[in-house]
Amino acid sequence: MTTQVNTFTRFDSKTNALICQGDWNLANLVLLKHELQKIRWPRQGALIINGSDIVRMDSAGAWLLSKNMQMLDKQHCQVTLQKFSEQHQKLLALIEEKGAAAIPVPKQAMPSRMAKLGRNAVIQGREFLDYFHFIGELTMEALRVIRHASKFRWAALISVLDKTGLRALPIIALLSSMIGVVITYQMGVQLRNYGANVFIVDFLGLSVLREFGPLLTAIMVAGRTGSAFTAQLGTMKINQEIDALNTLGVTPAELLLLPRILGLAITLPLLTMWANVFGIIGGMLTAHNMLGVTPHDFMLRFEHAIPLKTLFIGLGKAPVFALIIASIGCFEGMRVRGSADSVGQQTTRSVVLSIFFIIVADAIFSVIFSKMHL
Amino acid sequence: MKTNDDIIQVADVSTYLGESWINKNLDLTVRRGEILAIVGGSGSGKTTLLREMLLLQKVNSGSIKVFGIELTKATPGELLAVQKRWGVLFQQDALFSSLTVLENTAFPLHEHTTLDSDTINQLALLKILLVGLPVDAANKYPSELSGGMQKRAGLARALVLDPELVFLDEPTSGLDPDSAAAFDELVLDLQATMGLTIVMVTHDLDSLWHVANRVAILGEGRVLCVDTVAKVAKNSHPLVQAYFNGPRGRIVKRMYD
Repeated sequence: MTTQVNTFTRFDSKTNALICQGDWNLANLVLLKHELQKIRWPRQGALIINGSDIVRMDSAGAWLLSKNMQMLDKQHCQVTLQKFSEQHQKLLALIEEKGAAAIPVPKQAMPSRMAKLGRNAVIQGREFLDYFHFIGELTMEALRVIRHASKFRWAALISVLDKTGLRALPIIALLSSMIGVVITYQMGVQLRNYGANVFIVDFLGLSVLREFGPLLTAIMVAGRTGSAFTAQLGTMKINQEIDALNTLGVTPAELLLLPRILGLAITLPLLTMWANVFGIIGGMLTAHNMLGVTPHDFMLRFEHAIPLKTLFIGLGKAPVFALIIASIGCFEGMRVRGSADSVGQQTTRSVVLSIFFIIVADAIFSVIFSKMHL
Repeated sequence: MKTNDDIIQVADVSTYLGESWINKNLDLTVRRGEILAIVGGSGSGKTTLLREMLLLQKVNSGSIKVFGIELTKATPGELLAVQKRWGVLFQQDALFSSLTVLENTAFPLHEHTTLDSDTINQLALLKILLVGLPVDAANKYPSELSGGMQKRAGLARALVLDPELVFLDEPTSGLDPDSAAAFDELVLDLQATMGLTIVMVTHDLDSLWHVANRVAILGEGRVLCVDTVAKVAKNSHPLVQAYFNGPRGRIVKRMYD
């Protein structure tokens, strides 16, 4: 048998003629490839490819044909195209001209592990320096604004207070009362074993006022507000709103950054106080249910067991946490470059870094306070 | 090849948006193998019409048939079949910013074909070369390219499934005159070699005269006139006159007269 008959091709090995037929298009490309691989191509000599029976050919089909012709060329076959329609000829010529069938797909350069490590180290180091640069600039800007107090943007500040403070009240209340419930349940079991039920007041008061109140509020606000700062500023950066402000003679620091930082420094201590109240209430109700410590007894003991300085130690940390959250949120927002993708990346970074540094700062506070015997 | 059948038939379409009728009883047909330009002043409903043809916007009444399939009543399966046969270049390119140009272009092939990834990458590279991008652009991210190159990359992705129908939304807006002219040439070239039908929304009077076979001018919520650009420019409707015989329109018209 001298003729191989397939769906898209007929190959006559006597006359060395390949007759193409049917739809040479993307939808059939898998079948086409398979079929062309099965053809017993001549080792050398002249080969005629006849295209008169092709119904449709798109660029994918033309590319495949062109690729096979190149392979045959390398085997020293003289390939002649015959009876291709004008449009198909144009398509083949265009693909030939672009050399698309010959150019290998460029590989993305993959740096070695050491190179990646080095690059990451440099990037992190630079970001750290940039952060100090940012803080320095902001400080200068703040000093300038203080000198011209009339220029201060009260409206922007009020809006920040509303968004970061007032609207956060319900969620903070709910979550911190639950924290109170959880602590009481966990510790109540232990205390009950010793019949030391009433000491739940000491434990709850100290832990909530000193640690859990400020720390958990800061973490919640980092997730809620720090991320919002980054996303807002980042989007404004991409929309060139920041550039517009700069050209209009209004620095972004004055209108956007300082009100956010100052605003959060005001609201976070207030939110912390709010969280303390609800944490204690949650704990108090659980203590009543579980340990039989009535709210009246609870309040009576609270007054004696918890010194006022506990509250102030806790609240004192809040402005520091606020500065960490707001400055990192704004810094990462201003670092957004180019595309929407970058907004997402920087927002994630902002939240991760904020929470990281909040916990670091809290640890430092613990060490300092213990040295000071507070 | 048949050249006279209609690829898109828009009949009696009305759209109510934001408390006003954007389109009212609008009719339009697009023929196989032509380049149809849709023009009109701002707010004349060009973009809405384009979005309706792409099924990104619902119509209040009327029918839109693409490849003979009624889009408003199509099943998801039918719709997918239509979507594989068209390509869209959006005004802002809409390239996926987290993917490289090659990955962007290969994306539709990964989704809709069973080809091996080597073949997919080669086909994607073919389209990247066909739209006139250099090979080393393939591994760049969209944000690393100039505006003109982003447009070309967007076109490469629109063409990668070898569609019969291509929508271009303001393809030359935001390009410098040189790049815009080069893009016009590219569209003409590819249309001829790949046998495309092209529907383009444009504000560019140059591409209107140079590229379009027919022009549909929208106004008052309907198509005021569809014909070759020379004939449309002679239409006496005041909105058409304002469009073609404004100061800019006259200059371009004189050049092509």
